[in-house]
Amino acid sequence: MILQLDNLSRSFGAVKVAQSLSYEVAEGEALGVIGPNGAGKTSMFNLITGTLAPNEGRVIFDGQDVTGASAAKRCRAGIARSFQVPQPFSGMTVFENAMIAATQAADLRGAEAERHCLHVLEQTELLAKANVLAGSLTLLERKRLELTRALCAKPKLLLLDEIAGGLTEAECQSLVQTIKDIHASGVTIIWIEHVVHALLAVVDRLIVIDFGKKIAEGEPRAIMESAAVKEIYLGIEADA
Amino acid sequence: MDWLNALIQGTLLGGLYALFAAGLSLIFGVMRLVNIAHGDLIVLAAYLGLVVTSAIGVHPILAMALVVPAMTLIGYALQRGLLNQTLGDDLLPPLLVTFGLSVILQNGLLEGFSADPQKLSAPGLETASVALGSISLGVLPLLTFGIAVAVIWGLQWTFYKTSLGRAFRAVSDNQDIAQLMGLNKRHIFGLAMALALAVTAVAGILLGLRTSFDPSSGGGRLIFGFEAVIIGGLGNLWGTLAGGVILGVAQTIGAKIDPGWQVLSGHIAFLVILAIRPQGLFPRMSG
Repeated sequence: MILQLDNLSRSFGAVKVAQSLSYEVAEGEALGVIGPNGAGKTSMFNLITGTLAPNEGRVIFDGQDVTGASAAKRCRAGIARSFQVPQPFSGMTVFENAMIAATQAADLRGAEAERHCLHVLEQTELLAKANVLAGSLTLLERKRLELTRALCAKPKLLLLDEIAGGLTEAECQSLVQTIKDIHASGVTIIWIEHVVHALLAVVDRLIVIDFGKKIAEGEPRAIMESAAVKEIYLGIEADA
Repeated sequence: MDWLNALIQGTLLGGLYALFAAGLSLIFGVMRLVNIAHGDLIVLAAYLGLVVTSAIGVHPILAMALVVPAMTLIGYALQRGLLNQTLGDDLLPPLLVTFGLSVILQNGLLEGFSADPQKLSAPGLETASVALGSISLGVLPLLTFGIAVAVIWGLQWTFYKTSLGRAFRAVSDNQDIAQLMGLNKRHIFGLAMALALAVTAVAGILLGLRTSFDPSSGGGRLIFGFEAVIIGGLGNLWGTLAGGVILGVAQTIGAKIDPGWQVLSGHIAFLVILAIRPQGLFPRMSG
């Protein structure tokens, strides 16, 4: 198991963003996460990356209990994420953004770090923009930069937060291909996404989250057909 | 010719002010910390220089070889041990804590060295000059200016060409994301303060060579440093050098009109620039 969530709970006052959340992710797996807005999906990522501390429960990554570890430590250990709303270092160039991840998170040095960044930039199709300030990128390019930074950290576990949102169909297709390639290279992925067809093209397994609780888990197509999902997304009563 | 002389002397004096300011600018740029104790740290470095020169009898310039590493270590320890705890969304705690630190430093120095003015002496260097036509330039001011340019160039290079500089800029840009990228901001802030106090050490020694100092000299140095940073514009180190030069020139021109106007005319130049261009002359950073 690369990642194990053990009974994670977290609430903000009366709002429960995680309720006894437990699941496991095997090495090399691609896990999809769906659920309505406000279900606690992004909070779940915050719990995994360490920017949010749980009230209860444990996060076990790569055999180590990292519940008390800082975000920086978890990043070095191999957890990288892309943000739903891209947050580049806007005063720095695309290449420098990549280099921060490569040198700080992946601990690469000098020419090796540069080579790795160039390789990733090529993979994410941002090579032509390498020397542009990140603050001047378009939304699509910023999303690619999120992916670039996460990959430059040489993650064992890659968390993607609605990376396909807001893209055109063609852009979405090429991004899906990129993510497939990354997955094929051995990176374990957890992907939160509303663009379901993009998600289904990559993931092996799907979990459904609502009110911070895992309400379904299993083979993607079966889950999408399930009554619980239909109830959440289409408002059809489960027992109707 | 007298005016040209004042202009050149002022420019060279500006180098010293830029050194006062560079550390302030660096710290504010990386961690948005306004260090009220900065002037007193400069004076502390001058006293450390005094201790080293009198203990082992080396030239003050050579004493930098010990004072700079000492201040670097003090900077890192100060940041990790004290100042990191004050940083957050509120600007007030670091202001209050560094103000308190300033009081402690002044009184500590008073206790240790008395209120008598002290000076670092380097007989050859203080009086040496080179003639440039009818103008004679002191070697010490020239050296100070040269060191200031080298230090600013070095800081600029560190900021834009090294992995440490990238880390400084990333933390300055977005602390939370930088943390997620595996940067330990407490450590990075410690390194930034270490670097700032290394520059402060150089500034303190050069201050001690130029004029006499006493435990209460820090406040004035802090003001000059602030003025140079604000005139130059936040986040631009070459701007800080320009700010120092403008301040230095304003002071020497003022002193030329009436010796009592030296400091006043520097403040007036600062206020005029603040009124016309509140963001400074060459700002790189917004907010």
